[in-house]
Amino acid sequence: MSAVIENHHNEHDHHGPAKGLKRWFYTTNHKDIGTLYLWFSFAMFLIGGAMAMIIRAELFQPGMQIVEPEFYNQMITLHGLIMIFGGVMPAFVGLANWLVPMMIGAPDMALPRMNNLSFWILPFAFFVLLSSLFMEGGAPNFGWTFYAPLSTTYAPPSTTFFIFSVHIMGASSIMGSINVIVTIMNMRAPGMGLMKMPLFVWSWLITAYLLIAVMPVLAGAVTMMLMDIHFGTSFFNAAGGGDPVLFQHIFWFFGHPEVYIMILPAFGIVSHIIETFSRKQLFGYSSMVWAMLSIAILSFVVWAHHMFTVGMPLAAELFFMWSTMLIAVPTGVKVFNWIATMFKGSITFETPMLFACAFVVLFTLGGFSGLMLAITPADFQYHDTYFVVAHFHYVLVPGAIFSIMAAVYYWIPKWTGNMYDERLGRLHFWLSFIGVNVTFFPQHFIGLAGMPRRVPDYALQFADWNMVSTAGAFLFGFSQVFFLFIVIKTVMGGKQATDQVWEGARGLEWTVDSPAPYHTFSIPPKVS
Amino acid sequence: MTNVRNLICTFKTQFIVIAFALSSQLSAEWDALNMTKGATEISREVYDLHMLIFWICVAIGVLVFGVMFYSMYAYTKKKNPVAATFHESTKVEIAWTIIPFLILIAMAVPASKTLQTMYNDEAGDINIQVVGYQWKWQYRYLEDDVNFFANLTTDLDEIYNKVPKGENYLQEVDEMVVIPVGKKVRFLITANDVIHSWWVPAFAIKQDAIPGFINTAWTIVEEPGLYRGKCTELCGKNHGFMPIVVKAVEQDEYDSWIAEKQAAAIAMAELTEKDWTAEELVARGEALYTTNCVACHQVNGQGITGIFPALAGSGIVMNDKARNIEILMEGVQGAAMNSFSYLSEVEMASVITYTRQSWGNAQNGDGEIVAPKDIVEYKKNKI
Repeated sequence: MSAVIENHHNEHDHHGPAKGLKRWFYTTNHKDIGTLYLWFSFAMFLIGGAMAMIIRAELFQPGMQIVEPEFYNQMITLHGLIMIFGGVMPAFVGLANWLVPMMIGAPDMALPRMNNLSFWILPFAFFVLLSSLFMEGGAPNFGWTFYAPLSTTYAPPSTTFFIFSVHIMGASSIMGSINVIVTIMNMRAPGMGLMKMPLFVWSWLITAYLLIAVMPVLAGAVTMMLMDIHFGTSFFNAAGGGDPVLFQHIFWFFGHPEVYIMILPAFGIVSHIIETFSRKQLFGYSSMVWAMLSIAILSFVVWAHHMFTVGMPLAAELFFMWSTMLIAVPTGVKVFNWIATMFKGSITFETPMLFACAFVVLFTLGGFSGLMLAITPADFQYHDTYFVVAHFHYVLVPGAIFSIMAAVYYWIPKWTGNMYDERLGRLHFWLSFIGVNVTFFPQHFIGLAGMPRRVPDYALQFADWNMVSTAGAFLFGFSQVFFLFIVIKTVMGGKQATDQVWEGARGLEWTVDSPAPYHTFSIPPKVS
Repeated sequence: MTNVRNLICTFKTQFIVIAFALSSQLSAEWDALNMTKGATEISREVYDLHMLIFWICVAIGVLVFGVMFYSMYAYTKKKNPVAATFHESTKVEIAWTIIPFLILIAMAVPASKTLQTMYNDEAGDINIQVVGYQWKWQYRYLEDDVNFFANLTTDLDEIYNKVPKGENYLQEVDEMVVIPVGKKVRFLITANDVIHSWWVPAFAIKQDAIPGFINTAWTIVEEPGLYRGKCTELCGKNHGFMPIVVKAVEQDEYDSWIAEKQAAAIAMAELTEKDWTAEELVARGEALYTTNCVACHQVNGQGITGIFPALAGSGIVMNDKARNIEILMEGVQGAAMNSFSYLSEVEMASVITYTRQSWGNAQNGDGEIVAPKDIVEYKKNKI
């Protein structure tokens, strides 16, 4: 019996990737699937970015110049949906695929066939979503938050396709999350207790639970929309006894945890990078874990802070104000811990560290404006203005997206076996850093001065800063094409990376060869 | 010596004057970039809260980023080749959990108090119902029976850059909401189609206008003046084009405005009895078509394929007078077409007749006009 198993093992060791395109369609290898996710998210990032360029170009000057208001609304809707569901989320899933098994000393994800499925349905979801641009009546035009009844009774016919697409994305996310949880819970190397797991693994474990909790809620919301549109129900139709505010409660019960789904893995990544380049053990590991857990739990009781102006009773407004402010405490703890890690470290500033430092500062700025938004009476003035646009772009672009870029620079030597070009990496960082701030910092002012969000045209007093913002956006946009160039260049060749890659790096992924072999940890490592 | 002193003195004065001029200009520019202080006690309280939390964030930022930038500067590998080895401290963790918590409580207290005041929901001296439509606002003065719509007046040519933009570009309307100063005005805010949001920054009022709900907000404006606001909830394609202008006036001016409005309404009602010709109705209908229908059905009556049906060449508009009236009065279930029954009989008849007479509809169809009496008849039969 044991001989048979032995034999089977040997066969596996020599089993390499299939040849040609088949490799990518049939693969069940976590590294291949991670690569697919990452390239897919990059493609979506560029498409969503192109839409952002259209938006910013239209806002360059007051007046309608480039697109019509209908098309503008389609752009803001698709930009949001594509960046969130196509850009940021699949990028994090790709990183999880590549890194979680290598970090916990597992040979692969626990459910490799499902892993393949959860990726390969995604391109179809986005094909359906993007094809709505060419349908009669145009693409969805009601914002990524798709508030009913604008998204039901008053929506274009393509909304049905949008609903289908969201269902597919949800299925993909849920499958991906189940895979992550099962892998982490069952496949850790002997000796790796929960409180010994790398923080990126912790952050993804928590994220995966959040996804499983809220994706079905989103699916419920869009299904109710489908019923309202096609089957004569009135969930969200006041004329039929329904409740448009109910939609917002359901949506944000999904939507707020979703926000943390997009930032928790970033926390994990940044913790690793700061630790490595400070050459000093991360300060307060266990408080980092508890902070992430608190943030995740709190994220379920703050959703209505997106709805302060819908006319909730005073008690509800107060509850959601206080609970929202409370989130600042664990978030603050994380920032303090990062800085304490740097304090008395021995720091160098390679590209990943530059992105991580910018993350800490700019994400914290986004946190400050978030705290301001939590103050309900002031929120009446901020709500649905460019102040909010500035706020969430600060946490998502120099927050989530910078962390993804940092991760790519940090782990790409391990993935490809080649070092990226440090000079180009730093140039990319500085272009992005300047671009992002020139784009989004003035939007705070535009918002405070009174410009609403989601408008294709604006009054004259907002003209100057919109112009600046557009200039910054194009700088940022073009520097991401530059990023694409750097990544391709690194994949094609470059200085051979050592196994350790970074002097201060810790963790199992640095103990395997560079590039990481197709199969790693077929025999589990021992963790002391 | 005195000369020199004088010279210095002059320089000093000049410097002070210039510095003062600069700083006042800077602060004026800063004000234009900051939240408005507004025109009411509440809006000033909100502004103070905003500045309080802003400065608290600045202070925390200076402290936290100060430590961070210092670490980035002083603990580079060059200056500190060997890193320290400490990596936890329960005391420090507890401290930086509790201190932020206390700061938060200090902010929550004044914020909660202001919110309570804003939520005072007693009836006002004047109660105005505000109804959001795609893409205009309706105002109904509940005590005085005054009722009107406010539409954007900015010309399409300005929007499409064919002529220079006016000073109040996208912030001007055909009918302003007139309120008296020093009185408590309560707004009862709702919507007819999708969700809108009624925002006047100077009053610190932003309330969503939601179909099936009535939200309230109140204000007491101290100074006469024009206060401009906007719709702040995405409500479809012309979301950026439905501004709000509130005109606060002294009480006597307000009274005479109300009287004027009521007289105009009576005059309009009398017109219903008149016998109208097609030309008269068409002339009146064109302007109404522009403000009420163009956004969807377009100037040329062609609509937008797939979303908004064409009126030019439509069977109903050409031949089916009864159904034509019914659609305008009742709207179309499950579609973007709403009831326009709030239009007066004359307005309703004019706008329908305009569509029945334009774009070749009269030549290709029965060419019948709809008179105000037909609308009166329809309303009677419905009861």
